[in-house]
Amino acid sequence: MLDKVGIAKRIAQEVRDGMYINLGIGIPTLVANYIPKNMNVVLQSENGLLGIGPFPLEENIDPDLINAGKQTITMMPGSALFSSAESFGMIRSGKVDLTILGAMEVSEMGDIANWKVPGKMVKGMGGAMDLVASAKNIIVAMQHCSKEGASKLLRKCSLPITGLGCVKKIVSDLAVLDVLPSGGFRLLERAPGVSIEQIKNATEGKLIIDGNIPEMKLQ
Amino acid sequence: MIDKRVLNADEAVRDIPDNAILMLGGFGLCGIPENCISALLRKGIKGLTCISNNAGVDDFGIGLLLKTRQVRKMISSYVGENAEFERQLLSGELEVELIPQGTLAERVRAGGAGIPAFFTPAGVGTEVAVGKETRVFEGKTYLMENWLRSDFSIVKAWKGDAAGNLIYKGTARNFNPMMATAGNITIAEVEELVEIGELDPNEIHTPGIYVHRIFQGANYEKRIEQMTITKN
Repeated sequence: MLDKVGIAKRIAQEVRDGMYINLGIGIPTLVANYIPKNMNVVLQSENGLLGIGPFPLEENIDPDLINAGKQTITMMPGSALFSSAESFGMIRSGKVDLTILGAMEVSEMGDIANWKVPGKMVKGMGGAMDLVASAKNIIVAMQHCSKEGASKLLRKCSLPITGLGCVKKIVSDLAVLDVLPSGGFRLLERAPGVSIEQIKNATEGKLIIDGNIPEMKLQ
Repeated sequence: MIDKRVLNADEAVRDIPDNAILMLGGFGLCGIPENCISALLRKGIKGLTCISNNAGVDDFGIGLLLKTRQVRKMISSYVGENAEFERQLLSGELEVELIPQGTLAERVRAGGAGIPAFFTPAGVGTEVAVGKETRVFEGKTYLMENWLRSDFSIVKAWKGDAAGNLIYKGTARNFNPMMATAGNITIAEVEELVEIGELDPNEIHTPGIYVHRIFQGANYEKRIEQMTITKN
């Protein structure tokens, strides 16, 4: 089984040189730490920055420079700043190559639910609906099951939807899976020490197992 | 050039009435008009509709206006770092309309650009789409969204001149440029107010035509929500 860092490390393997990437809050933010140093990628922050750098040294903190999680950040050389309208313009028009975000549920049709739990305080969708509706390539970082053991990879989402048919790939604590355009989760890799049986039991939606499923390799 | 300077925040917000529709710039606590929020608190007007990406925190930003129950309705994309906000929402004292962030930004931009509606894919198939017109373009479904405009837009910039030209700094730009364009009256507070001719026209983000009143703010706190650092 993977912990949060393990999920982030595995997702980092999906990053390619030259990509513009939007990272969501939580595990997706950790992915930045594991992108190979020899790769040139640009991280987009939807509050108006291309070129997110590391957290600042204490003496360099600038309250006018934050990421979408409201954390203080720095800018990489060659960064660009812009308005929120322009930021979502580049997201909507498909200029961002890869979007990595968290999910509470994903359906076998690629529907995602990650913004609202009825009966609990509703905080809002932020930029999630815009991102999932437009991104060319969405990878979801998530736990395969709830704390109570209920599957989160479902036939149909039970929570309010964030977007329809948009998730392409899932990296969970148990497995890497593709979501097929025709429907279904195609198992690609198992997390270290996890059996196919475990993944079957943890997946409520249609699971497609084709041939030998390797264990994932992590640095 | 037209001189749009006013003395301070109190003079800038002098005629904002009860029940006004306001836009307030900022993302989280970054780039919020701190001086005007304080002036609205002093003025005590009520029944406000506030269009702003977030609703501040309990004791800062728009959270201050929530505490004094001056806000009737929030139109935002993300709220709730805020216990008082949650209490008022659950008790029905406060109305909230949640809008996807990109849609909010574009609705404000459309309002300032004279475009009454547009189509976006965000929210298709979700509760955001309920009651809204959809249309298919090149095989993909889009949702029609209307422009947003305000009685008063209140923005914060880094530098400005007496003609109302504005320059923002860092990610404090966020919603400020669009909101500046979408106000019937637009008020700008800036950290540094200079004479006409001192700003380079090549570097202006918001042209002065959109700004009706401008003043140099004082005592900016610029509170940080999530202090994150790299250890030396």
